[in-house]
Amino acid sequence: MSEQTQTGELAAQAHAAHGDEHAQGHGHNVSYGTYFLVWLGLVALTAVTVTIAGIHLGSLTLITAMLIAAVKTTLVGYHFMHLKYDNVIIKVFVLVCLVIFLTFWILTFSDLSFR
Amino acid sequence: MANGSLANEVSYLEYQGKHKGIMGWLLSVDHKRIGLMYLMGIMIFFFVAMTLGVMMRLEMLTPGETIMKPQTYNSVFTLHGVIMVFLFIIPAIPAVFGNFMLPIQIGAKDVAFPRLNLFSWYLYMVGAILAIVSLFIGDGPADTGWTFYVPYSIRSAQNVSITTMAAFVLGFSSIVTGLNFVVTIHRLRAPGMTWFRMPLFVWGLYATSWIQVLATPVIGITLALIMLERFMGVGVFDPALGGDPILYQHLFWIYSHPAVYIMILPAMGVVSEILPTFSRKDIFGYKQIAISSLGIALIGYLVWGHHMFVSGMSDTSRIVFSLLTFLVAIPTGVKIFNWVATLYKASIKFSAPLYYVLGFIFIFSIGGLTGLVLGALATDIHVTDTYFVVAHFHYVMFGGMGIMFFATMHYWFPKVFGKMYNEKLAIVACTVIIIGFNTLYFPMFIMGYMGMPRRYYDYLPQFQGWHILSTVGSWILVSGIVFMFGNLFYALLKGPKASMNPWGGTTLEWKVPSPPPLENFDEIPIVTGGPYVHDKATYIMYPSKEGINANGGVKTVNQEAAL
Amino acid sequence: MTEHSEVMHQGESHGGAHVHRDDEGSKMAMWLFLFTELLLFGGLFLLYGAYRFEYADGFKVAAADMNSFIGAVNTIILLTSSLSVALSIAAMQRSQKKLALGMLWFTILCGIAFLINKYFEWSHEIHNGIYPGGPALENMSNGEVLYFGLYYVMTGLHGLHVIIGLIFISVIMVFISRDKITSTNFQKLENAGLYWHLVDVIWIFLFPLFYLLH
Repeated sequence: MSEQTQTGELAAQAHAAHGDEHAQGHGHNVSYGTYFLVWLGLVALTAVTVTIAGIHLGSLTLITAMLIAAVKTTLVGYHFMHLKYDNVIIKVFVLVCLVIFLTFWILTFSDLSFR
Repeated sequence: MANGSLANEVSYLEYQGKHKGIMGWLLSVDHKRIGLMYLMGIMIFFFVAMTLGVMMRLEMLTPGETIMKPQTYNSVFTLHGVIMVFLFIIPAIPAVFGNFMLPIQIGAKDVAFPRLNLFSWYLYMVGAILAIVSLFIGDGPADTGWTFYVPYSIRSAQNVSITTMAAFVLGFSSIVTGLNFVVTIHRLRAPGMTWFRMPLFVWGLYATSWIQVLATPVIGITLALIMLERFMGVGVFDPALGGDPILYQHLFWIYSHPAVYIMILPAMGVVSEILPTFSRKDIFGYKQIAISSLGIALIGYLVWGHHMFVSGMSDTSRIVFSLLTFLVAIPTGVKIFNWVATLYKASIKFSAPLYYVLGFIFIFSIGGLTGLVLGALATDIHVTDTYFVVAHFHYVMFGGMGIMFFATMHYWFPKVFGKMYNEKLAIVACTVIIIGFNTLYFPMFIMGYMGMPRRYYDYLPQFQGWHILSTVGSWILVSGIVFMFGNLFYALLKGPKASMNPWGGTTLEWKVPSPPPLENFDEIPIVTGGPYVHDKATYIMYPSKEGINANGGVKTVNQEAAL
Repeated sequence: MTEHSEVMHQGESHGGAHVHRDDEGSKMAMWLFLFTELLLFGGLFLLYGAYRFEYADGFKVAAADMNSFIGAVNTIILLTSSLSVALSIAAMQRSQKKLALGMLWFTILCGIAFLINKYFEWSHEIHNGIYPGGPALENMSNGEVLYFGLYYVMTGLHGLHVIIGLIFISVIMVFISRDKITSTNFQKLENAGLYWHLVDVIWIFLFPLFYLLH
């Protein structure tokens, strides 16, 4: 691990380690209107999910309901929870967590659905 | 940057802050003091659980009742498991030495959330007290085994609720520590401390912390459901109401298998610290070892079903889990081979910590290889719930994590306490421990293979020879452990003063005084190279004296100093 | 950000704490905490999935008892409260302290309204003898018993999180009124918002799973 470090690189690293903390002002200023639009979308999706549940779709009922819930969650996460403006690392974190969670499901159902 | 010089004139042990005496410890948010407080608790519970283990071995000396009744035996093996797993093995290395060394090794003054760190210690103590309380109130301690399998844990008249509550609280403590470490590693690395310049112990802790965050909540809800079942009869795990006990096992092992890697990854991290120090050379395959820690953590999530091969789950699932289980051997093998390759053509200095590490590699290899027997479906069915399993997990847990905990204590003792112990005696103790360990647990492989079932207080007379040998082994092992702790304790009181770097280590903790000052560094160092470089300096300890300002970039460029 | 730089470098020496402000780290910790919450509920969702898979019919029979109108109203209430938390952060960024506080008050009212609805739903069920160990459950099939068992555990745990969220937001409001949270230092408010949104997201899944199984 004896890396040749150029001084310029060193400076860049020294700066990077502390530099981003200076950008703590949260550059994004989302307009109130955007939030209202997202909210309208969420309410509309709720209406859709209630309506669809009234129609007899059989096995598709659950799937559509879960898909709509996933879209709503994405809207909340992306806009309300500011994932849109977050650093890549937070997005990676969320992805890792979801993948692990999905793994639990797949492996558990590898048992349940073949019993 | 160089402030706090007042605080840094004395070591963290002697520093007098706002609070004096014992409160200076109980209210301290210093990561080093919290680490030592964990050490106190962990040592106490280790000795309690070890005593329970010795009692079990005594009971097994003769067939039938030797020193206790079957019900007592059930409670004793449950408590031995619960205390060892939740109070010793899981927190030992991360909470004690992780807390102590992680900030120093990455060049930080403390963890990201010092107060949360202290909170985590208090949670640990609350959990520990609950576990103790469960012994004395109600209808006696839990008798379910540390796995709390339903439906028995719902029906048992013993005091299961408080024991599960204890495990729940301890899980929360573990989550808080993990969360703290992840943020610390992401946010507080010193300038120049890139990911691939971090010591491998830090990599081990990083992988561990992720498991703590992403697996522990599952056991939390599972144990909470047991309590709910007992109080209200919700039905989710009760076959009488349609509940599926196998789902409990799934949820339990979704956490508890990754937890096995919570136990072993930090220990493997320390191996990767000790080997390059005593080999006097750079570790072989740094990146591979670092990545293999993450690999083990990831694969750890995929293999929990191998604890359930005979539970009645589907054949498809059994094959899938068996196959996935063998994948764990790949990153583990990467580590073992790289460690051994590090020793190749090295100028090895045989010091006490290295003896423990070599003992670890030997014992852990036996544990790992017998794991293959258990991972393969056909052979597993033959030895499930026998002493073979007991022997296997003691070889990997005690032989892996336990022996490495002893190695860690010997490696960092001079740094933590600023005293030196008698190395010859430490090596004698190590030898006794390794002989005792194998005498205790190896006969269990043989008995298990012959069909001796686990968790029984009685056995057929044909096993008695092996049981006697095993019990004698437990006496040798315990005398070795007591001798080892005695040696360290004597050093604590009377030992000579340790120098800053008695082993010739290359990571940052060896660049600060022993014991370290309150804020670890007078100045945050700048890192210019890898962690295990022996032939040149890779840290600038006083950047301002070298004309470099860590916060505003390089003021005056001094290329020699930077390199 | 010079003000902040100074905070960074004043290593406090009391009791050994090196306290510094790191918004990104604070946010990261909050997200990690949310993951633990997600997986806590995740275990329950997994149980729900398994039992719905096993007892599809029993679940449908049991869910017919649910009033999906109240469920939908509660969904809208939580979605609206999520909006108001997001707006309060936006207001804080624009230094509109009063608006931010007002939005949080509105959030708290929404949370309380949600809990009141939940209270009426639960007491209706309990009144009908539907609760773990209750008389009505004895005559029901296993699927129905499990449905109601999970219903109480999951909505109960969710309700607990609503209460924790309300306390969290109340504390934040105290901070705002004392100017501990400002337009340049509002990570605590943002973290409270993140927590509240997670509570909302969990309800987004609970609603169709327990109310819409016709």
